[in-house]
Amino acid sequence: MNDDTIALRAEGLYKVFGRHSDDAVLKLHRGTPRDQLGAGTTAAVIDASFEVRRGEIFVVMGLSGSGKSTLIRMLNGLHPATAGTVTIGGDSITDTSPKKLRELRRQRVSMVFQHFALLPHRTVIDNVAYGLEIQGMPRDERIARARKVTEIVGLKGWEEKHPSELSGGMQQRVGLARALAADTDVLLMDEAFSALDPLIRRGMQDQLLELQSELGKTIIFITHDLNEAMYIGDRIAVMRDGRIVQIGTPEDILTNPANDYVEQFVQDVDRTKVLTAESVMRPPRAVVHLGAGPRAALTTMRDEQLAGAYVVNKDRTIVGWVRDRDVFDLVRKGEKDLSSVIQDDHGAVPADTALADLFIPSLEAALPLGVLDHRGRLVGVIPRVTLLAALGGEPEAAVQAAPRPDPMPTDEVDQVLEAAVGAGAGDTKEAI
Amino acid sequence: MEFRLPVGEWIDGFFDWLEATFSWFFEGMREIFIAMFDAVDWIFATPPALVVVVLVAVGALLARGWRFAVGSAVGLLFIIGVDQWDNAVDSLALVLVAAFLAVLISVPLGIWAARNDTVSKILKPVMDFLQTLPAFVYLIPALALLRVGVAPAVIATLIFAMAPGVRLTELGIRGVDKEVVEAGQAFGAHPRRILRQIQIPLAMPSIMAGINQIIMLSLSMVVIAGLVGAGGLGGDVMQAISALNGRLGWEAGLSVVVLAVLLDRFTASFGKGMGLYSTWRKASIAKKEAAEQARFDAEDSTEATVGA
Repeated sequence: MNDDTIALRAEGLYKVFGRHSDDAVLKLHRGTPRDQLGAGTTAAVIDASFEVRRGEIFVVMGLSGSGKSTLIRMLNGLHPATAGTVTIGGDSITDTSPKKLRELRRQRVSMVFQHFALLPHRTVIDNVAYGLEIQGMPRDERIARARKVTEIVGLKGWEEKHPSELSGGMQQRVGLARALAADTDVLLMDEAFSALDPLIRRGMQDQLLELQSELGKTIIFITHDLNEAMYIGDRIAVMRDGRIVQIGTPEDILTNPANDYVEQFVQDVDRTKVLTAESVMRPPRAVVHLGAGPRAALTTMRDEQLAGAYVVNKDRTIVGWVRDRDVFDLVRKGEKDLSSVIQDDHGAVPADTALADLFIPSLEAALPLGVLDHRGRLVGVIPRVTLLAALGGEPEAAVQAAPRPDPMPTDEVDQVLEAAVGAGAGDTKEAI
Repeated sequence: MEFRLPVGEWIDGFFDWLEATFSWFFEGMREIFIAMFDAVDWIFATPPALVVVVLVAVGALLARGWRFAVGSAVGLLFIIGVDQWDNAVDSLALVLVAAFLAVLISVPLGIWAARNDTVSKILKPVMDFLQTLPAFVYLIPALALLRVGVAPAVIATLIFAMAPGVRLTELGIRGVDKEVVEAGQAFGAHPRRILRQIQIPLAMPSIMAGINQIIMLSLSMVVIAGLVGAGGLGGDVMQAISALNGRLGWEAGLSVVVLAVLLDRFTASFGKGMGLYSTWRKASIAKKEAAEQARFDAEDSTEATVGA
């Protein structure tokens, strides 16, 4: 029944506060809008279904009042669901005894809170060890483990301080350490960084990503900050008025918003940090194979009206690039080998480079910036206009504004190609 | 015109029935109250008055500091000076027994009310009723059920003083940061454990304020308890009123004030981190924590050396 790669599954979750909640669920199911349920009945979460894969960071994003905090509290049973099911690693949260539920919370799912929720009368180390204490671990053992985790989050030397002696960022690291020490597969983070200063928040986000890459926890992260969601999320669920309106990768949400609401929302996002080279690149137009020789190379460049071209091996791994007038000279001289004029400063970037990191390479590259996959194969190029168009949120605009190359005059090239011995180089400019 | 609700008659009848049916119960209760009172009274009355004064002053120093120690010694010497020491000790014993019982009942009731909305809704009007009903009115059935003496005074005092204990305990526990309680739940703690490790420690200032209020209300009831023959300072005040003896009235009255100030300051200092005792305690905790930290650091550096 349960796929091994799914850490947590929510199906048809409803949470209705107030009277006649079961009635309200039926009404909502039949399509009654949530503001017509009658006084005293509030639907906080409506028909939420999603799966969280093992080891991913799943972000639930929405404005206040969208039901995201209620939703996350249903995942560990702090709020019992009015309808629907939650299963964590095959165990049901929604249909279980209080005793079993406490056991699941101890073993399977821990939580980090918006306002830290540390025990003020306990030291840092005792706070970190709290989950282990409840699991029934002997004191020496749990203190030893808590110390390791305290060190991982960078609070070494603060073990015997009280929470009130720590800054907000440090307090939340204690909160994070407490959740990590419990060593559960699933980590729920409820607006965990929202109460922190922007600079510290950014540091915590980086630390979370770093920890995640080492520990491989499954993290469900709630936030109202779309930039935060885009930065840390592998996948994002956007919530509005209690419903999940879209689930997708940050790029999906940015490039294919499901409706006007999401589209409006993503307008403010810093696209350059979310979109990657892969998502804006175009098919490479002028690619020359190493073995093809100068004549073929020059023909390709003429046909495509380009002043230069990338040179690749048979398996498409990149070798470098050539300039049309160098090749022109080779052809004039009757040379058969291209390699003498190949320049290897091609400046191509990996496919997962963020847009923000493309600008300088793009400036430095003589040709449209090359994009390589993880095996070093040329999979695409990014002309500067495409980069600008992607920045404006309209990648398609680049097609109309196709790059205007400034290659050598065609007739001149034709002449050379036909005669194979040239009449002299024309007035060529270096093209971009 | 002739319509009249015989409410008083009903209630009185109820108490008559109570007395007739459960006399064994009230008799036992009376014995217990008297035994408790005697025990506490014995503790304060047996040593010479000056020894008690010194002990109280030392206690004051530990709880609050030297100024309070001097003040309490002066106050108690005043009581000895106006020859009200025995009465004051009787009253103190009465207050302590009644307040102890009131705390024993009201704190758990407050906790229950904090955890259960129905209980809270029922208790609220009951507490209003107990607190606003003129205190003298309790004395009549108490007298009927428990006969003249200390026992009716204890029960009347206890009922009168309970309300703030229940209220402030409930308020304190409900006021504990919801997220911290949720943290306990989220890590799988049992509700009883959350109560013990999170809710009660964090509600302590409020619970302490409730206990302080219980003691103050108990003391204010002591004078009235003089009416039912409980003796103590209240007995002298009553005697002064009936004999129009202004001198005795002032002396007994001022002794009540001294006792009130002493008890209030003592109980108000609990859990506030004042006085010598908490200074010592803080120092010893800080020392223990520093030692622990030093041990951690030392272990880390040896590990680092071994690792290198």
